[in-house]
Amino acid sequence: MSNEGASCVRVTSSVGGSESSDTLTQAPQPKEEVKKMGVTVGQKAPDFTAPAYFKGGFTSVKLSDYLGKWVVLCFYPGDFTFV
Amino acid sequence: MSAVAANYETLQKLDAEVISVSVDSHFVHKMWNDHELVKMVEGGVPFPMVADQAGNIGRAYGCWDENQGIELRGRFIIDPDGVIQAMEVLTPPVGRKIDETVRQLQAFQHVRATGGKEACPAGWQPGKATLKPGPDLVGNVWKVWNPSMED
Repeated sequence: MSNEGASCVRVTSSVGGSESSDTLTQAPQPKEEVKKMGVTVGQKAPDFTAPAYFKGGFTSVKLSDYLGKWVVLCFYPGDFTFV
Repeated sequence: MSAVAANYETLQKLDAEVISVSVDSHFVHKMWNDHELVKMVEGGVPFPMVADQAGNIGRAYGCWDENQGIELRGRFIIDPDGVIQAMEVLTPPVGRKIDETVRQLQAFQHVRATGGKEACPAGWQPGKATLKPGPDLVGNVWKVWNPSMED
């Protein structure tokens, strides 16, 4: 594990004495009890309401308020990351 | 995110809104915008930066990386009826190409405007030939389109 904290990978904490894992090189095995969720094209986009920062203020964003417009919804790993 | 912000005007002209989502709080979004992004894009980020600290939104969209506690780089084009028309998910180290989002958006808007009567072949851009699916086109696509027409 070199260069920790300087790559695009977020090095996570761990419990139980195991080393923190570099998830870029070690693909995690999905835990069976974790309920898989997700979407696919042609399906309704799951609605959500969440706090947001917008033009200098704090607001609440509700996806269904955008019905009637096209929306580009972009997820990204984190603020102050490099890419 | 600054690349998306820099292309916001193009997306706005296409009647598209942008929402960004990460696991950071809206407070951290403010700090990132005010201290770094504003130096990369004039005026800073012009669209809402949503906080998804518990990963609930990411989980619903299949973008949640449980092991790292982050959202993967997912991009969804949602139409005016709230239906997802396109999606792309990248692992963190590689960034998006916004031109491709714009191209796909224009193509889906064209299809929608024709009521689904026209389809956009590979690499389609506005002004390029579309396909009109129907009995006459079966086995005859080669007469109206080939890959050299992409460029």
